[in-house]
Amino acid sequence: MQDGLGAVGYLAAESTALVAFLAAKLGKPVLVEGPAGVGKTELAKALSRATERKLIRLQCYEGLDEAKALYEWNYRKQLLRIQAESAGAGWEAVQEDIFGPEFLLTRPLLQAIEETDPVVLLIDEIDKTDQEFEAMLLEVLSEFQISIPELGVMEAKSLPLVLLTSNNSRELTEALKRRCLYLWLDYPDIERELEIVRLHAPELSETVARKLVEVVHLVRGLDLKKPPSIAESIDWARALIMLGADDIDSSVFERTMSIIVKHRTDLDVVAERVGVKLDDGLLGRLGTG
Amino acid sequence: MASSGDSGPASRRPRAAGKALYGGLPEPGPPGFAPRLLELADELRREGLAIGTSELLDAFHALEQLSWTSQEGFREALAATLAKSQEDRRVFELVFDRFFFRAVEREAVERGLREERYAGGDRLDFEELRERIREAVRAGSDGEMRDMARLAIAAFGRQGEGSGVIGVDVQRIRRALELRGEAGGRDLPDPESVPQDRLREFERHLRRELERALIERTQSLPPAKPLREFDRALPSGPLQDLAAVHRVVAQLKRRLATRGHEQGGRRRSAVVDVRRTMRASLETGGVPMRLRFRARRPRRPELYVLCDVSTSVTSASVFFLSVLHALHDSFRKLRSFVFVERISEVTDVFERERSFAAISHAIATDAGVADVSGYTDYGRVWLEFLAEVVDDLDPRSTVIVLGDARTNGREPHAQAFAAISERAGRTFWMNPEPRLYWNYGDSVISAYEPYCDGVFECWTTKQLEVFVNALAGGRGAPAAAR
Repeated sequence: MQDGLGAVGYLAAESTALVAFLAAKLGKPVLVEGPAGVGKTELAKALSRATERKLIRLQCYEGLDEAKALYEWNYRKQLLRIQAESAGAGWEAVQEDIFGPEFLLTRPLLQAIEETDPVVLLIDEIDKTDQEFEAMLLEVLSEFQISIPELGVMEAKSLPLVLLTSNNSRELTEALKRRCLYLWLDYPDIERELEIVRLHAPELSETVARKLVEVVHLVRGLDLKKPPSIAESIDWARALIMLGADDIDSSVFERTMSIIVKHRTDLDVVAERVGVKLDDGLLGRLGTG
Repeated sequence: MASSGDSGPASRRPRAAGKALYGGLPEPGPPGFAPRLLELADELRREGLAIGTSELLDAFHALEQLSWTSQEGFREALAATLAKSQEDRRVFELVFDRFFFRAVEREAVERGLREERYAGGDRLDFEELRERIREAVRAGSDGEMRDMARLAIAAFGRQGEGSGVIGVDVQRIRRALELRGEAGGRDLPDPESVPQDRLREFERHLRRELERALIERTQSLPPAKPLREFDRALPSGPLQDLAAVHRVVAQLKRRLATRGHEQGGRRRSAVVDVRRTMRASLETGGVPMRLRFRARRPRRPELYVLCDVSTSVTSASVFFLSVLHALHDSFRKLRSFVFVERISEVTDVFERERSFAAISHAIATDAGVADVSGYTDYGRVWLEFLAEVVDDLDPRSTVIVLGDARTNGREPHAQAFAAISERAGRTFWMNPEPRLYWNYGDSVISAYEPYCDGVFECWTTKQLEVFVNALAGGRGAPAAAR
């Protein structure tokens, strides 16, 4: 599994690969938590590429309801049908008619279990929704079925691989956690992040890449509103390539740090704390020491 | 660990000998793998993890999918199925290590295995050993550190005549090795020092090896102790704590903002709006059939926080300041005060600075905390607050006091405090001392308690959460918390 993920450009840690493997084997959803920008969403994308399954994504937000997540009746089409048939047909017949699969608008969750080929279902930022929505998910996640009052129970035609991500902005309910495997993704250590950066920006020289990763780790250690994510270190690496920089000194850092630091107050803190260390030449020693 | 076959007859011991002396081993459970896993789950439950039958079934299913020889896989599979949050994961790691360490040691005692230890310290060059250990700790390789820990115990541990308390021995050996953690800050690192986390790792190895030696010597397993609060907290760093405090305070904000909407029973204590009732009566020909009520306004989250920063609460004041810091991030209508002997307002410091370090520095140096003697004078603080600020208080404001109520023997002026709490809508007190110490010595918390809507013990984020939850419960809850 680790190799499979690696082949599609996602360098997974041992534990990540293992949990993904277990999820596929046991048919259990995985709850992935971790700080923003450690590649939770990316993991789902990588999984879909590695297993060559289609990715269906449900982005959660406050106020998301079942009409947007599960299914909705195609009201206009139902109306048209009623008008077309109004003459002649009895009440019973029309009622039978308009609550058929034909008039169902599938939303991501229903779509995921309707597919004949297994898919990867990503339920992104589940912590943004309300508790009621979580409760509604339980049926889908444990039984892989959806009950539609007018139609009966829709059972999954194939078992999707489900990933739920959360930024931990609120505590999820026990019931949901109970049905999931749990994976905590954290920022990678220096070596792994170096690998990741090298994979996505191979033109950058080894020494600069190492220094870059060390600086990013240093910045993450500060008390910032938004610490830099992995994607941002990759962006930074690419920017350095474009600028043709062959070293990160304080002037290069000054000009490019807006790529990894996105908050005005953070900028001041970082400029003050990191700029000094770059000049002292303290950073080169971090990796070797 | 050597197998039982080649350890030689000399090292074999009858099991009963140790048993008689030290109480021996606890009774073993039924044999087999499944009961072991249940025991582990039981220990995890005792540490507060919610593990249900479904989790256990998952764990078994997961293990079926794995080769049982892979130790990492085994651990990860159990963690993924049993520990469902970051905190749980942390506790899991600790319990897992302890459980299997004990299991292995028990096995060793039962089979009478003994390890060859390097006993004589005289042939070791201490200076060289120190240097090698320092190297190993810096390199951070697990196996190497363990070997070095053993060497260190052999050299400095004075086998057999340790203090008997492992924690003391660990510190003694660390000092003998002259190992120092790197100091934080911007100073150039001391060449002799080693990174803090590595040092902690090394201490862990020392502790473990000492425990192993003790078990071997006494031929008995000490009972498993519950994890200490200190251990189970996430690897700290004030930054992480700060993040946790911020999370809880964000909750606090939501709770305060929505209060008043859900105050039990919609019509209770409603006030009739005469004008609207008369208007509505026009529909029914001037007869007021339906009463109209005045809309109840939600409580404006207007906060006054008073924070003790004297020396008696030094350990807690960092926590308190981080609470204040977080509050300022969430509330706009917040005024904060710090006090020692007298009170001073620091609202603008928090509004100007964002970095936590800068704030504590500013408060420590130039917040104008009138700190003449360094002793808190609660009575005087109330009088000053009453004189300067109390006119701004209204029934919709909330006053929160963070302090230990230790007046150093001065007049508590409880009446002044009563006047403040009279003016404010609600008053809460958070005390950083364990409840056990309240009202001992110069602590006069009981003098103030009758005037508070709630008094809480509060020195961890967890307790802060309890406070937040009590707040949500409204006026009824504090009584229960008392």
